Amino acid sequence: MARREGGRHAQPSPGPADDRDAAGVSRDQQRRVAALVAERGRPERLPLTRRLLLIRIIVILTALLGINYVAWRWLFSVNWPYWWIAVPLVIAETYSLIDSLLFGMTVWRLRERGEPPPAPEGLTVDVFITTYNEPIELVMTTARAAKAIRYPHRTWVLDDGNRPEMRAAAEAEGIGVINRSADWVGMPRHAKAGNLNNALLATDGEFLMILDADQIPTPEILDRTLGYFTDEQMGLVQTPQYFVNVPDHDPLGSQAPLFYGPIQQGKDGWNAAFFCGSNAVIRREALMQIGVSRYAHDIEVGVGKALRTAGAVLEEARAALTPEDQHLAPALDALEYDVKKARRELARGVALFDVTYRFQRRVDDVHRQLVAADVQALQEDLAFIRQLEAVAEDPTDSLADVSESALDTIAHRAWSPLGAIDAVRALVDAVDVGRAGEAQPIMPMATISVTEDMATCMRMHGLGWRSAYHDEVLAHGLAPEDLQTMLTQRLRWAQGTMQVLLRENPLTQSRLRWPQRLMYFATMWSYLSGFAALVYLAAPITYLMIGVLPVQAISTDFFVRLIPFLIVNQLLFFVVADGRPTWRGQQYSLALFPTWIASVTSAFGNVVLGRDLDFAVTPKTKQADTGPRWDLVRPQLIAMGLLVLALVVGSIRIAVGQAGPLGTIFNMVWVVFDLAIFSVIIRAARYKGFEPASAAPDPHEPVAAGAAGGPASRGAA
Amino acid sequence: MTEFAVRIDGRGVGVVTPQGRLTMVSARSLRTAVEELVAGGAPKVVVDLSETTFLDSSGLGALIAGLKTCRQAGGDLRIASPTDAVLAVLQLTNLDKVLRPRESAETAFDV
Repeated sequence: MARREGGRHAQPSPGPADDRDAAGVSRDQQRRVAALVAERGRPERLPLTRRLLLIRIIVILTALLGINYVAWRWLFSVNWPYWWIAVPLVIAETYSLIDSLLFGMTVWRLRERGEPPPAPEGLTVDVFITTYNEPIELVMTTARAAKAIRYPHRTWVLDDGNRPEMRAAAEAEGIGVINRSADWVGMPRHAKAGNLNNALLATDGEFLMILDADQIPTPEILDRTLGYFTDEQMGLVQTPQYFVNVPDHDPLGSQAPLFYGPIQQGKDGWNAAFFCGSNAVIRREALMQIGVSRYAHDIEVGVGKALRTAGAVLEEARAALTPEDQHLAPALDALEYDVKKARRELARGVALFDVTYRFQRRVDDVHRQLVAADVQALQEDLAFIRQLEAVAEDPTDSLADVSESALDTIAHRAWSPLGAIDAVRALVDAVDVGRAGEAQPIMPMATISVTEDMATCMRMHGLGWRSAYHDEVLAHGLAPEDLQTMLTQRLRWAQGTMQVLLRENPLTQSRLRWPQRLMYFATMWSYLSGFAALVYLAAPITYLMIGVLPVQAISTDFFVRLIPFLIVNQLLFFVVADGRPTWRGQQYSLALFPTWIASVTSAFGNVVLGRDLDFAVTPKTKQADTGPRWDLVRPQLIAMGLLVLALVVGSIRIAVGQAGPLGTIFNMVWVVFDLAIFSVIIRAARYKGFEPASAAPDPHEPVAAGAAGGPASRGAA
Repeated sequence: MTEFAVRIDGRGVGVVTPQGRLTMVSARSLRTAVEELVAGGAPKVVVDLSETTFLDSSGLGALIAGLKTCRQAGGDLRIASPTDAVLAVLQLTNLDKVLRPRESAETAFDV
């Protein structure tokens, strides 16, 4: 294969040997290496096309006009006496401004890659088709297409449902099947991420392609993507997710032409193109590196916790010493001193394996000196210690994840003195190198979120790898065809995104470059739109119903600031979209406000309060038709009812002279706009599923709608 | 292809010196080399990386596996004199925070 090692892995050059530090390598060498590391992940130079120049001019205009408007709103036009509606509105407007600025930043470096570089010969590739409960025939259709991919590769069905009939069907056609290995029995399974991690260790191709069970690849998919990996730092190539069972008017907003297009291209320009769970090729080394670095992180956290618990165990044992055991006191004191010393050393940054090595030697010494002990008590303790050692065998639940309450139980058990010493030893062993060696402790796919793709990709970028977005439909997928399934799927994506925000906030990831942090943050930010939508509903309703204006005056001042901003903002979408429809996506980013709000609250409950997420696998088959499910969109229907009522009340108030015409008309226009946005919900609820007879779309044309970088746009996971 | 020079130095410390690329292809032989040293009564092992031009994550996995083998036998595994390329991989994965590279194979077990 064509590996170029000159760039990333520079040959060693001799450095001065005098200037050594504790790490045993020269400071000069460290500086050189740090520079090498910092160089990774830098975005590449981008040619300034006419289109890009135009986009940048509009971005600057949008930013200036937007900041001008929102600053004026905060400083001069908040109607403070009615703060309860005025303040939420100005906050919602600020939210939208930030959303718009982040979108502007995204498209500032819009990168259209065009023809991909040719795929080098001789690469080894595994194609993975992930499935859990999809119908066998659906999986087989994808598997056959995967087997027919032209570039030499191996095809595997990753059946997490472990179905014998799935295995039989696949093997009958010479397609491999991978089930979870015995190591996973009784362990957390981590859904799709676990399924992929299991398969990574059962295969050894240099590259892997991931396909959802309902994403049918074209024969040229690898020929069109592998070429990017001639760049040795390229870790991931993502292609669009495009759905064939969607009519032109796309009532459920399934297609995401703006996300799988300008938004991904913009992120790509900043070296932050996202991994979206399917239709992507990944370099195995990039994934394995994530696994090793997580391992290093987890044992650091785990040993820290183990030493804290060890200190508590010793304190308890010391306090419980009976008079006849007093001769053991010096040994316990000595160990307590060693535990404290080890914790101090770790805090100082001494290498972990050095600390644990010395510590274990000390415990051995102390242990050997204490032969005369209560053997009976020791036997009981030993049984408990064996349970501790089981922690070491657990491939996924390191002490990094063990709950504080479990550690409390260990700490406050009534240990015999010698048992306490053994327990301390076992605790530290459990999280030291104990999990290493087996490939299983290495979990390359992130398991912190129900959508493993975004978290994994962020870690990959953090390690300095590049990613590419190749804007060509190379797989044809199936989208949900009913409202309930669609809502479940959107909720799941939104929850996953919120989990990543709460667990690994991109803004605090020091290894990401600032633009990369903002690209991840932009997507998360867009999922907060549900709260803004509530305010955008409430403000005009409040005015038309009871005459309360959140703005000091509907004046010329107001219009000359707002209208130009709205116009350039729409112009930006128009130019960026370049013919791709954006309306459906704009609708859904507001119309699904109950889903977006639920995703934030449930993810908060899950991550911060430790509650269950109520996670559901997206069903891939059509649900039975039971008529429109109005119950699923009750909040939206109530909102629409209130909007209509507001129109009626507003008309009456203006007729009887209770309200000024300008304010009323402005708010009525606003209400009509809100109704237009929400009208999509009616269509979605009445949608009866895809009829192939009615104009099957050409799979190579980007049809239907997507979002303005809004939450409805992310066709991922 | 990676070669492994294996010796036991004057103090009974096993020294393994992988030459060239230490990757998923050669990781298994490194594990075997360490296991043989430990089985042969040398649970203290230094992996001398001065002649390793390239190390991938599977290679790192092999080092961690070797470390476990050594510790279970009451010894330890140390790594010494990494090249810039190898040190970069250690830093990237943060493994240098837990597995400290030593200046040379001779002094790896001094502290």
